[in-house]
Amino acid sequence: MKKNQTVKFRNKPRIVGSYSIVGPKEGKGNFASYFNYVMKDDSFGEDSYEKAEKKMFEHAIVGAIEDAHLQPDDVNLLLAGDLLNQIISSSYAARNFNYAYLGLFGACSTMAESLAVGASLIDGGLFDTIVCATGSHFSTAERQFRFPLELGNQRPPTSQWTVTGAGSCVLSNNGFGPRITMATFGKVIDWGINDVNDMGAAMAPAAMDTMLAHFRDTKTTPDDYDLIVTGDLGKLGSEILIDLMEDNGIKLGLNYNDCGQMYYTRNQNMLSGGSGCGCSATVLNSYIIDKLRKGELKRVLFMPTGALMSTTATQQGESIPGICHAVVIECDEENVDKYYKKVSTSTAYKTTKGNRKKGE
Amino acid sequence: MYYLWVFLIGGFVCMLGQMLIIYTNITSARILVTFVLIGVVLQAFNVFAPISEFAKAGINVPIIGFGASLAKGAMSAAQSKGLLGAFTGGLEATAGGIAAAVIFAFIFALIFKSKTK
Amino acid sequence: MDEKKRSEAYNRYVKAKIPKTKAWPSLFNSFLVGGIICCIGQGVNDLIMLWFPSMAEQTAWAYTLIVLIFIASFLTGIGVYDKIGKFAGGGSIVPITGFSNSITSPALEFKHEGIIYGIFVKMFTIAGPVIVTGVVASFVVGIVYLFI
Repeated sequence: MKKNQTVKFRNKPRIVGSYSIVGPKEGKGNFASYFNYVMKDDSFGEDSYEKAEKKMFEHAIVGAIEDAHLQPDDVNLLLAGDLLNQIISSSYAARNFNYAYLGLFGACSTMAESLAVGASLIDGGLFDTIVCATGSHFSTAERQFRFPLELGNQRPPTSQWTVTGAGSCVLSNNGFGPRITMATFGKVIDWGINDVNDMGAAMAPAAMDTMLAHFRDTKTTPDDYDLIVTGDLGKLGSEILIDLMEDNGIKLGLNYNDCGQMYYTRNQNMLSGGSGCGCSATVLNSYIIDKLRKGELKRVLFMPTGALMSTTATQQGESIPGICHAVVIECDEENVDKYYKKVSTSTAYKTTKGNRKKGE
Repeated sequence: MYYLWVFLIGGFVCMLGQMLIIYTNITSARILVTFVLIGVVLQAFNVFAPISEFAKAGINVPIIGFGASLAKGAMSAAQSKGLLGAFTGGLEATAGGIAAAVIFAFIFALIFKSKTK
Repeated sequence: MDEKKRSEAYNRYVKAKIPKTKAWPSLFNSFLVGGIICCIGQGVNDLIMLWFPSMAEQTAWAYTLIVLIFIASFLTGIGVYDKIGKFAGGGSIVPITGFSNSITSPALEFKHEGIIYGIFVKMFTIAGPVIVTGVVASFVVGIVYLFI
């Protein structure tokens, strides 16, 4: 008898605020018009990229709390994670906030992990308001996992581009916004892929496992969702996932896509697409939540994948384990109008805070 | 007209490196190591000099030349100074290149910053 | 055992799935750039020989390499060399300029960790193996020559 991996939330916690901040390259990508803030320079005025990543985190957390029309003191708990060793970006950003803090690591799946954990804590009545934040930075990830920026080497066609960006959202039982109805916690799956330039292939089996568990536990099919979106499998990985699901008798249709694959335009020539914590986090907190609020998407299965690798383990010949957590987010149809009324009356704060949208 | 030969041979050697990248997926550090070893072996069997005579920069500029001068230094020093020469010869012959790389890297690291692409 | 078989099957499947890119364009690029870099080297060498006719050939080559290393290091500093590398691949890795790039780039990258722990410590993260193999291999060759 297989154990149930899926939680169904009774109170259905809401995503009451969200914020996304991205680097200049991402600001020219396909989701450009949805981001809250596009940095002009990816060092963000700091003298190292690690500090820039930390500052992006702070920016995203503050932005999401403002977007939820809450006071900073209303927040009880901060759930955050990133890609760097000892998740320094999140932890160092957290020291500037007077909140209880849980650092999470699920590699690029951290956004879903934090949403699932946060929603569970709220649903259990343990906390009122929780902020979830994740992000990544191309230049910090590159130096940790790959090569110095100025080294003249070519990237193989399966490699992906770590997204510079951070996304944050506020979960609460009160207020308005899309609801988190279910979460499926994934297992660590390793099908023996060794190539660090081919993360999509390493993570696709984990996505398949979680997806199968989700459909089994909830008795749903892909047709029950308006959008099924994986995090950063990339072009190759998402094709593999479609094949793997087909082997299991489930056909993923046009409602399936991958954040990494969609992220950059064709002209940006990003090989297999975007990756990193920031990839799924910024897409969720801009495009997806936006569409859910407007009611243009009703039910989204958000399932970012993560490659739980480290350079030490890979150099010792270990293969790359993958993980995938799934969260179901549903549009709160009764309150679509209400939410928008509320936003329109409060556009003033955005200008005073200097949270400019791109091009304004 | 020896520039043509320099171009053809140098280009060919570099193309071998690119073939290694494409077909075996190895990183640049391993390519450099492989080519240094090729240079050492060529020199050890005394084939480097005749190639160099003919190809000039085409074989001396690729890192093969670096490997060859390491081996050449060790070989001649071993013959003239004995065991100590085998230790010191290689680095003595290439000290200029290594020191230049280190010194310029240090200077430029102080001046410039690495940028995101 | 089953898992091992599945991993192998999956690896085979992924390998077949990876999009095949044409090798010829990149081979041509590396040929072109590699050839040009070698010609520049030859040009520098000829100039040195022209200006200092009394210089020994070996010394001239040493100066040539130093000039090339300087150029590559500078291009790395201003952020041009990695663009050449993106285009040329092996064409800019195999020449001595690639060696210079692989020393300068980590030095730049780890500048933020300080001069000693950043620049000095990390300088040889990529090029270190080159020097180690070179020294060890040349030592072996030297020892062999000692006995013949």
